[in-house]
Formats: sequence, structure tokens, C-alpha cells
Amino acid sequence: MSTDTNKGFLATLLSLFDIRNVIGALLAVYGIILLLMGLFADPEVEKTGGPNANLWAGIILLVIGAAFIAWGVLRPVVPDAPGSHEEE
Amino acid sequence: MQASILAADTLIQANAVDYLLIAIYFAFVLGIGFLASRGMSNSVDFFLSGRSLPAWVTGLAFISANLGAVEIMGMSATGAQLGLPTVHYFWIGAIPAMLFLGVVMMPFYYGSKVRSVPEFMKRRFGTGAHLVNALSFAIAQLLIAGINLYLLGSIVHALLGWPLWLALIVAAVIVLSYITLGGLKAAIYNEVLQFFVIVAALLPLTILGLHRVGGWDGLTSKIEKAAAANPDTIAPAADQLNSWPGAALTGFNSDFLSVVGIVFGLGFVLSFGYWTTNFVEVQRAMAADSISAARKTPIIGAFPKMFVPFITIFPGMIAAVLVTEIARTKAGEAVPGGASGEGVTYNDSLLYLMAEVLPNGLLGLAITGLLAAFMAGMAANVSAFNTVVSFDIIQEYIIKDRPDDFYVKLGRWATVAATAIAIFTAVLASNFSNIMDYLQTLFGFFNAPLFATFILGMFWKRMTATAGWTGLVSGTLAAVLVGILAEGTLGGLSVGVLPLSGQGASFVAAGAAFVVDIVVSVIVSLVTAPKPEGSLKGLVYSETPKEDLVDAEDAGRPWFERPVPLAGVALVLVIILNVIF
Repeated sequence: MSTDTNKGFLATLLSLFDIRNVIGALLAVYGIILLLMGLFADPEVEKTGGPNANLWAGIILLVIGAAFIAWGVLRPVVPDAPGSHEEE
Repeated sequence: MQASILAADTLIQANAVDYLLIAIYFAFVLGIGFLASRGMSNSVDFFLSGRSLPAWVTGLAFISANLGAVEIMGMSATGAQLGLPTVHYFWIGAIPAMLFLGVVMMPFYYGSKVRSVPEFMKRRFGTGAHLVNALSFAIAQLLIAGINLYLLGSIVHALLGWPLWLALIVAAVIVLSYITLGGLKAAIYNEVLQFFVIVAALLPLTILGLHRVGGWDGLTSKIEKAAAANPDTIAPAADQLNSWPGAALTGFNSDFLSVVGIVFGLGFVLSFGYWTTNFVEVQRAMAADSISAARKTPIIGAFPKMFVPFITIFPGMIAAVLVTEIARTKAGEAVPGGASGEGVTYNDSLLYLMAEVLPNGLLGLAITGLLAAFMAGMAANVSAFNTVVSFDIIQEYIIKDRPDDFYVKLGRWATVAATAIAIFTAVLASNFSNIMDYLQTLFGFFNAPLFATFILGMFWKRMTATAGWTGLVSGTLAAVLVGILAEGTLGGLSVGVLPLSGQGASFVAAGAAFVVDIVVSVIVSLVTAPKPEGSLKGLVYSETPKEDLVDAEDAGRPWFERPVPLAGVALVLVIILNVIF
């Protein structure tokens, strides 16, 4: 294995594992589902006391999720010296 | 339709979208666990080591490890019952202790290169204290795992209507597979992910609940009305709406004693004992890349932690005036139903409030948040248990010098055993109406003397090995004695000689444990031989070179990247919060 492919592989792996992308993806998926619920399902205003809670929560989650992904993409983690950190 | 007939019998009526949200979370968690277990350990370890993790991640993991059943259900239950004084668990309890851990104690943990808190005990005091600490920690983890499991089971019951015993066993099996699949490697991911899911779950609940009761003014006037209608059973509104002097929390008649009990018992002894010596918490900070990062972990965690009461205690207070079942419970009635199916308790506050104000969709998100918190909480307890049992107890004292995989196998069996035992402790926990009382009692027994021994051991080099374990044992016994003498603290075991009950009794038990530990440690130290000079470097303040306790690189950093100024800001903020409420 050459060092270069190793580095490239590790970088992809790291971006996949980057906690910011994981958080962003989960929140964005939740945001989309709630947004759709807000648009198409019964808003159940008798429970919420007026506002379409799903819609608002969906929009906010989507924005936060997108912000996390943007952060992860714009400022990727740079691994230093792969292999120097092996266990056992 | 059959589905609606089934749903009508349960406390929470979830639909397909709610289940979808729950399923997506499980897919994420198991996906992370699966990837982590497939030969990617190197890069995951890279992450777990924290070497390039921003401090906000380790800080969030630090508070997430604690954001389980205790925090969410316990705090909302106490909030429903007693109101604002519950914030003391955060603003007098957790925050100062976390700051103290970062500023004062972390350099010793980190600088002495130990891997666990019991190991620090072993280096400082030798076998006796190590064994006592490791055993009491392991037992406490089992009990707390049982409480997490009980609450997990009660959510499954509330969702699906299964009997509690069946729900308990199924929940235990789910957690067992979650631990096996997810493993320790994925732990930090799940914790950070869990933090965001919980906030996303509880924040809408709080906002909608507050909207329904008519804002803060509506909440206060409803609490005043409820308290005036049932003066015998409900604490006076003034006690519920002001955090100080907190007589509703301690049950003391005197305001002065109540303040002393909260500051000394809850703040100084219980919370310092918990946050500064609990292996589950401290481990997160120990894994950091530098002494500065290790110190910053609990300090950065303190900032979000400050605001957790707003999404745990407030929903409890809202539930107590908005949800009929909880309001009637508070008025002293025995209301049938509840998450466990054995009557409504304060622990059900959040579930009832969710059913009351959340539309399907957000409801699923809220259920996901609770399931995530309790599973992660129980997983943390069980993994901490098997680590300490396999390596600190069995490898150290019982079966030495076997190959590594023997202990790994042993750890697996310890996990299974711990889960089985947790089912029994869950049944035990179901007998207490307010989980917080039960937990505070346990923390008093195990943690209060621990903090006394640590702090004395870190700053007094004369303290001997014998003093280490005798102090711990006598401190724990003192707490048990207070528990037995008080009213109902230990259920049927308590004889009620002392006029103390509830949280107040726990604070007194903790205080007694602390004082007895210090006194016994000092006396025993003076009559036994001290440890030889030079063996205490890195473990005791006066024996450690000052430059070992600080990070040299800190000098060039701006103030907001250094631990001590950051801790100062957190302290000022928490004082402001105390003044406002």
C-alpha cells in the first residue's frame, strides 16, 4: 500500500466519520420528515395551542443540519501522520 | 382499525411517522457501530483519542454521558413535584464541581498517566482503597443501569402497552445488542449525536408546553392557584417559584439550614463527589490530547450544562399544571395509569406532557430522544462496569496473568451478567416513586466519602494507605447509618429516628460521610506509616513540580482558549442564573 492511497482512503473515511457530518445528516433527515409532516399532515393545533409545530421544527432542524454539513465540508479534518496512532 | 384500538390503550399514541423517526435513529447508531467494528478501528481510535476533535465535542460527550434517565426523567420529576429549587442540582451542584474538576483535579489525573479513577486510587493509596473504590463503583453502576432500564422499559410500556416485566426484558436485550454492536469505539459518537437529538426533542416540548400554559406568567399563576387549592399536599408557590432557600427540596424547616444543606450537602459533597471522581465522566476528559484539552473538557461542558434545566425541569413544572393526571398526583390523589401501568408518578411527567402537546412527528422525535438517552446511559453504566470488573478487580486480584483475549471474553460475560442484574435492580427502582431520592441516596453512600479521600490525598502527603481505605469504608457506613435512621430513605429499612426525609436526608447522609471520612483519615494517618518520599510525584500537590500541572503552550493562547479564564466566565454566568431565579 502506498502512502498516498492510504492517505486518500483515510481522508474519505474521516469525512464519513466526521461527527459534524453524522450530526448534520441525522438532523437534516429529521428536518425533512417534520417539514413534510407540517405541510401535508394534520397540524394538530388543539395540541400545540396554535402553531404548526412540525413545520417550524422541521425548518429549524433542516437549517441546523445543513449548517453542520457545511461546516464539515468547508473545514475538513486533516489527519496527521496516519499509522502513528495504532493501538496494541 | 386494529391499530387504533391498540393505541387507545397506551399512554402515547404514536403513528407510522413516529416509528420511522425512531427507526432512523437506530439505523444511524447501528450503522456507526457496524462501520466501527469493520477494521476501521484505526481512524476511529484516531477520533476517540480526541487528538483533533474540537473541544466542543469532548465537552458535549462529557455531559452527554450523564444525560440519561437520571437527568431527564429524574429532574423533570423533581421539577414537577418541587419546582425551581431543582435547579440547584445544576447551578450549585454540577457546574461548580465540573469547573473544580477542570481547574484543580484534572492535572493530577492527567499528569499521573493513570487510565482509570480506581487506578489513581491504587497509585496513591495501594490495594485497600483501590479494591473498595473499584467494588463500590461497580455496584453503583449496576444500580444506576437498573434505573435506566426501568425507565426504558416504562417507555416501551407507554408506547406498546406491554406489561412492565416483558418490556424490561425486551429493553435489556435491545441494550445488550446495542452494546455488542456499537461497542465502546462508537460510544463518543452516540453520545454527541444523542445530545443533539435530546435537545431537538425537549426544546419544542418546552416551548409548546409554555405556550399552552400562557407563557411564564401563565405558569406562575397556575402554580400559585394549584398550591393555594391544596395547601396540605403541594409545596407553597413561593417555594416552587424561587430556587432559594429551597426548603421544598430539602424538607428542612429552617431556611438557614436548608441553604447550608444545599450548598454543603448537595453542592460541595454530593456533586463534587460525583463529577470529580466518577470514572464514566472523568474518562472522557482523560482521553484528551493535552493537559490543557483535558482541563477544558469539563469546563466547556459546563456551558451547555447550565441550560439543561430549562429543557428538563421546566417541562416537569409545566406538566404539573397542564396535565390533569400529574396535577391530580401532585394534589395527593392516587391516579391509575402511568408509564409503568402501576399508577401515575412524577416520573411520568414528561411522557404525559409529550402526549398532551406534541403532534405526531415531533412526538416520534421526542420518544427517540428519550430512548437514545436511556440506552446510552445504560450502555455507559454497563461498559464501565465490565471494564472495572474485568481489569480492575478480576485481573488485578483473582485471575492474574492470562492472555488478553481471556479478559476480553470475561468482559463479554460481565456485560451479560450486568444486564441480567440490571433487570432486578429495575424492579427495585420501580418501587420508588421518585427516582431522584433513590439515586441521591446511592450517590451519598458511594461518592461522598470518595471526594473526601481524593481531595485529602491530593493535598496532604502525610495521608497513608491505611487511611485511604478506612476513610472510605467508614464514610460509606456513616451514610448508610444516616439513611437507616431517617424516614423512608431506604424504604422499609429506615426506622425514622431522625426527622429527615427525601432529598434532605440524602444531603445529611452525604455530609456525614464526608466529615467521618476526613476525621477517620486524619486520625488513622497520624498513627500509621506514611508512603515513602518520592513515590507520590504526580499524585500529591506538594510533591509535584508546578510545571507538570500546567500546559506550557497555554501562555501564548488567547484567554478563551485557556482553562482557568474560561472557568471564570462559566462561574460568573452560573452566579447570574442563581440571582435571576
